[in-house]
Amino acid sequence: MNFDFSDDQKMLKEQVRKFLADKCPMKVVRRVLDGEETHAAEVWQGLADMGLMGTAIPEAYGGLGLGPLELCVIAEELGRACAPVPFSSSVYLASEAIRRWGSEAQKKAWLPKLARGEAIGTLATAEGPQPPSPRTVRAALTDGRLTGSKLPVADGEAAHVAVVVVNTGGSGQRALSLALVDLSAEGVSRTRVATVDPARKHARLDFSNAPAELLGGKGKGWQLLNELYDGAAVLFAFEQIGGAEAAMWMGRDYALQRQAFGRVIGSYQAIKHKLADVYVKTELARSNAYYGAMMYAENGADLPIAAAAARVAATDAYDFAAKENIQTHGGIGFTWEADTQFHYRRSRLLALAIGGPTAWKDKLVTRLERKNAA
Amino acid sequence: MDFNDTPEEAAFRQQVRSWLDANAARKSDDKTSIRARVDDVELLKRAKAWQAKKAEAGYARITWPKEYGGLGGTPIQQVIYSQEESNYLVPLGFFDIGLGMCIPTMMAYATPDHLQRYVKPALHGEEIWCQLFSEPAAGSDVAGIRTRAERDGDDWVINGQKVWTSGAHYSDYGIIITRTDPDVPKHQGLTMFFLSMKAPGVEVRPIKQISGGANFNEVFFTNVRVPDSQRLGKVGDGWKVALTTLMNERLAVGTPAGGLDVDELLELARDTELEDGPAIRNASVRSKIAEWYVQSQGLKYTKFRTLTSLSKGQTPGPESSIAKIVAAPKMQDLGAFGMELMGPAGIMTKDVPGAGGFQQQWIGGAGFRIAGGTDEILRNIVAERVLGLPQEIRVDKDVPFSQLGKK
Repeated sequence: MNFDFSDDQKMLKEQVRKFLADKCPMKVVRRVLDGEETHAAEVWQGLADMGLMGTAIPEAYGGLGLGPLELCVIAEELGRACAPVPFSSSVYLASEAIRRWGSEAQKKAWLPKLARGEAIGTLATAEGPQPPSPRTVRAALTDGRLTGSKLPVADGEAAHVAVVVVNTGGSGQRALSLALVDLSAEGVSRTRVATVDPARKHARLDFSNAPAELLGGKGKGWQLLNELYDGAAVLFAFEQIGGAEAAMWMGRDYALQRQAFGRVIGSYQAIKHKLADVYVKTELARSNAYYGAMMYAENGADLPIAAAAARVAATDAYDFAAKENIQTHGGIGFTWEADTQFHYRRSRLLALAIGGPTAWKDKLVTRLERKNAA
Repeated sequence: MDFNDTPEEAAFRQQVRSWLDANAARKSDDKTSIRARVDDVELLKRAKAWQAKKAEAGYARITWPKEYGGLGGTPIQQVIYSQEESNYLVPLGFFDIGLGMCIPTMMAYATPDHLQRYVKPALHGEEIWCQLFSEPAAGSDVAGIRTRAERDGDDWVINGQKVWTSGAHYSDYGIIITRTDPDVPKHQGLTMFFLSMKAPGVEVRPIKQISGGANFNEVFFTNVRVPDSQRLGKVGDGWKVALTTLMNERLAVGTPAGGLDVDELLELARDTELEDGPAIRNASVRSKIAEWYVQSQGLKYTKFRTLTSLSKGQTPGPESSIAKIVAAPKMQDLGAFGMELMGPAGIMTKDVPGAGGFQQQWIGGAGFRIAGGTDEILRNIVAERVLGLPQEIRVDKDVPFSQLGKK
């Protein structure tokens, strides 16, 4: 039984953790949240200097040629730090989509720059306040030109390239395709949108006859998006687990220090049991996420189930950890000065980014039904 | 990452499998347990015979040193043996408390003569041991026990009552924690002994549980004489000795999980017609199935993480402490929900889907949430030992036991 990360992977994790503890403390998260900058550029550069954006990109395209397991340990640390950088958009989603389904020309054009962190990628799916689906995507790709709007798009202002879910005509799932769009091209305009987590800026992207290319086959957009989400679900799960743990220890530290009725509040069972429950949920999530990581790394037949289970467990853990962290803090936890808000905001962002927990629970059961029927 | 054995582990598994094939019958598709096949007397007879066979082969206690009849093996070898053994139709469970808790306590505190006398018969299944700790007024707070032991010449005289004693009705010996000095604070006035369950004045009465079963007993002690030579540890050191016993609680990992789970619930939901179609198409049913699945898988892979530590020769992390906190309420709730899907007929215990398993889970879950550490005590333990939060305030800490509850 070897159900653990390797020593090298643990060392990488430690290295990322130290870097972020040093260069990305909560005051950096606060700076981005409060300010105009799209992301913490110096943190992004530091991650690039370590080569981390190229972790899973093949060496032939300038990456490190490692794989999902290394990305998992990085994701956990980014989550722990609430890092205000476009890593998930650029690495888990855009780079991964281009690596898997890009033509040779598309890979050559983008992967080396993405690997070096010189270019930032993103994924654009939603078109306003309803979940993106074959029934709701209107942005249309015709004759190499894209017209329509996407919002919110994570890191949409900072990104240089976007993988866009588009409508290419036809009915049902077959109507959707993935398109690759150079965001510096004509016909692309971007507007910042207000969100609950301004430490990760989001934008509205408007396309008006913007040049765009198909990525992967025509009519395969929905299928590819779901495949992309399975891997991303594992990585998001690790990010959520890192965040959940950080929120748990923040609450615990406060509970050890804050006095009420003549005792530290951490001595009351109401608080102890609450924080114990956070620990339980986080460990359940971690164990599910490990299996998801293993399936992602070996592209196992169980990946769709394992990824959904990891996603459901980790979303639950981070949601719970973040909100009970505020509750443990009491009034001070609801002030702008407190750091509790970063996890609360981020937990909701990550919960919704690639589909919410209700949708993933439904997917999980569908996949279980399919497996049991087989 | 993989689930594979190391070459050494694979070799050991093969060795175990060959021995089991030669000595026991593999389980067939008929999942009826051996307990359900034979009566209690026959079951115990078979369990003792199987234990003797295991002991001769060195498999009865793999991690014990060879001088005590063990194999001098590693914890992961014990896990591998248990995993393999669970595939065979053999009676288990009678010796776990004795060999897992009582005899290790004896090893730490009994004389060489006593070890010479008691270890081997226990290992070979000839004598069964029980652990006499809990009392009607001392459950989670076991140091609050009231059973008295008073010195009388070379003997001690024991009076009082124990409760929730697993296997007392078929046990030959027990280790018992008693109060020898009520005039000091509760932890300081305790002393441990071992005694014969056949001694005059020991009376065992089974406790019938809500579930109808009777796995536990109350044990009454009326002027039971125990020689001072059967004392374990110093007078007044009983709490320290008890902690040794409790720390030796057998490795919970590798124990096969029993009872129905999400697969059976999924099947039930598929077969149940609600007003607007099969239950499995109902969003709230699906949501619950997903949540329990995530819990089940989370526990399974948490165990795999623990096994990985054992396989590497490391001490497992605290993650295994979550198992019962999750499993027990899930058992109760999943059972209740399965019953609900059956409509009003969910109250029936026979001729229902799952052969009454959902009803058993619901009933049994109520007990499982208490046995071996309540949900609440386990949360205290996680909060204190994992998160480093303060221990509960002990208002009785410095008060003589005899003064507790008095103003």
